[in-house]
Amino acid sequence: MTKVLASAQDPMFGLFRVIQDDATLDPAYAAHFSDALLERMYREVLRLRVLDERMLVIQRQGRIGFYGEVKGQEATPIATGLALEADDWIFPALREGAAMLVRGFDLSTYIAQCYGNSCDVNKGRQMPSHYSGRAVNQVSWSSCIGPQVPQAVGVAWAMKLQKKPQIAVGFLGDGATSQADFHNAMNFAAVFKVPCVIICQNNHWAISVPSKAQTAAPTFASKAIAYGMPGVRVDGNDVCAVYWAIREAAARARRGEGPTFIESVTYRIGAHSSSDDPSRYRDEAEVQQWRERDPLDRMRRVMSARGLLTEGAHEVLAAQLDDEIKAAIAVVEQGHQPQRESIFEDVYASLPWHLREQREELLATAPAVTHGGATH
Amino acid sequence: MRELRYREALREAMTEEMVRDERVFIMGEEVGHYQGAYKVTEGMLAQFGEKRVMDTPIAEEGFAGIAIGAAMVGLRPIVEFMTWNFSAVAFDQILSNATKLRQMSGGQFTVPIVFRGPNGAARQTAAQHSHAMETFYAQIPGLKVVVPSTAADAKGLMASAIRDDNPVLVLEDERLYGIKGEVPEGEHLVPIGVAAVRRAGTQCTIATWGKMVPVSLEAAELLAAEGVQCEVIDLRSLRPLDHGTVATSVRKTGRLVIVHEAWPYGGPGAELSDRVQRDCFDSLRAPIVRCTGRDASMPYNKKLEELTIPGSATVTQAVRAVMAY
Ligand SMILES: Cc1ncc(C[n+]2csc(CCOP(=O)(O)OP(=O)(O)O)c2C)c(N)n1
Repeated sequence: MTKVLASAQDPMFGLFRVIQDDATLDPAYAAHFSDALLERMYREVLRLRVLDERMLVIQRQGRIGFYGEVKGQEATPIATGLALEADDWIFPALREGAAMLVRGFDLSTYIAQCYGNSCDVNKGRQMPSHYSGRAVNQVSWSSCIGPQVPQAVGVAWAMKLQKKPQIAVGFLGDGATSQADFHNAMNFAAVFKVPCVIICQNNHWAISVPSKAQTAAPTFASKAIAYGMPGVRVDGNDVCAVYWAIREAAARARRGEGPTFIESVTYRIGAHSSSDDPSRYRDEAEVQQWRERDPLDRMRRVMSARGLLTEGAHEVLAAQLDDEIKAAIAVVEQGHQPQRESIFEDVYASLPWHLREQREELLATAPAVTHGGATH
Repeated sequence: MRELRYREALREAMTEEMVRDERVFIMGEEVGHYQGAYKVTEGMLAQFGEKRVMDTPIAEEGFAGIAIGAAMVGLRPIVEFMTWNFSAVAFDQILSNATKLRQMSGGQFTVPIVFRGPNGAARQTAAQHSHAMETFYAQIPGLKVVVPSTAADAKGLMASAIRDDNPVLVLEDERLYGIKGEVPEGEHLVPIGVAAVRRAGTQCTIATWGKMVPVSLEAAELLAAEGVQCEVIDLRSLRPLDHGTVATSVRKTGRLVIVHEAWPYGGPGAELSDRVQRDCFDSLRAPIVRCTGRDASMPYNKKLEELTIPGSATVTQAVRAVMAY
């Protein structure tokens, strides 16, 4: 951790960055970023941007019931997917679910979680934007803000007890730091000295509540001090910086040195969710300032500066990714509705008599679910 | 009489009580500048200012406790939960504190407080976001629990809740916020603990509350076309529970179907059933039947969600079964 901490100077007020204003990488860290890694980062951030835009469109068309936009905050989930080992545990909040895509989770199966049909590993039970996948050790956040963070600490603790090499990463937003679950996660992580990283994406807004109405602390990172763990404040729109901060924190955790708290400073460019209209509470000028620090643009400029992106290649790749995404959506929309009796499945490890009774009653009285792709 | 939407009626009650009594204030997530996640508090910040319409950090347990403290020393808080699902985080403050302080302190401290917000399933909000919480809260001695189903009751029950010297929970409903109904102007108090007969009938009583009231009325309409006359009772208050009104009806009809969205295990429906079978044993011509939400978590999938919550079709089936007994 020493390097990141040193470079961030003071965790209260510093901001760790790797991508410099001229789109070159800070020479102190440049050696860690091969062309291949940068290409991967750029491609993944772009794919998430295109996917996010497409999902918003299908939500507006009523093809899915809800969607939580990620725009402007792509750096953290992508960096997470790239910085961790393939079997480390990830507990995303609303805007980090795409980390699993970076780890190879199938795109159409991912999208299917927003449809809740037969293609969905959650079997139509979970709300959109709550992505989990046992195959990639990712557990969805809870709709009630906060519970996933102490759960991540619990996983890390279990890893430590079982002497397993995996670590756990738990996410939350700036608003969620007000919940008791945040306190518990931080306190247990430090007291039990578990191999975990707790990452707060400070996107400056919790729906309509600005982060300054959430805490009187100078920064979120500074909260780590009182819990007895290192705090890092990183430029959350700098994929390379977030990547490196997580790498170091993960390495520290794996060495048995305990947890790290990372504040990833970013901005929610879009609405809180498909049920929100941010123009009612925030100033367009503020949004514009952050658009100028867009993580995708910055990554794109890094690529151009390195000579890795030729004229027009960005548009070509974006179009190609959009085609892939549209094809994946088409696959999902071929899926069918879950069986009506599935309501009673997975409530318990096996179907108890009282649910068997209710299942029979349902089959005898309720009409069969008509098949069709979308859930609407 | 003029018509208001349910959400406007709630707002009118809160506004009138805040004008009448300056100890009353409202706090919660986004009740002020955002004017409420469901616009119930629209315009209230402009009218009363930040000292009486307070935005809070996202910490239900925190602001429930803050409000309880304020209530103990003479203020009369209204606490909005963005939805009742999130009250789970504040459960200890309600269960072990708001409702216990009066008795535990030998009557030295009182907690005149209102907790309010939308309860139950909205639309495709899935397992963690669709809880019908009344089953938990109606259990608790020291609490009053009201569930308005009309715009007039939204105003009248809210006003009574605010004036009550006990902790009162007002369970609203996202799907009812937009409905319109006649609402009296000026002071309008609906007593807590008195049910309302919404439709008169002679053959089967349907007792229900909240969003299941319009569903049951729709079922009663369908059944009337088949020649079955149902009496529909809106309980309005789950604690205290007006079993007297239900018993009077059952003595006439001889049959009772209880409809609720919450899970079937226990709860106010089971409580009512227990009471009615004892009070009206001689009048009953069929077993009491409950038509409830299914005994599993709410699915996200729209079709499965529809199968999980009682609808007019399931209510008519239940009534037909009782009639055929
Ligand atoms: C316990 C609880 N209270 C309130 C809500 C309603 N709610 C949903 S998201 C949200 C804001 C979350 O803000 P933040 O943690 O900053 O994350 P962001 O959405 O900005 O990424 C709120 C208040 C909730 N889901 N759970």
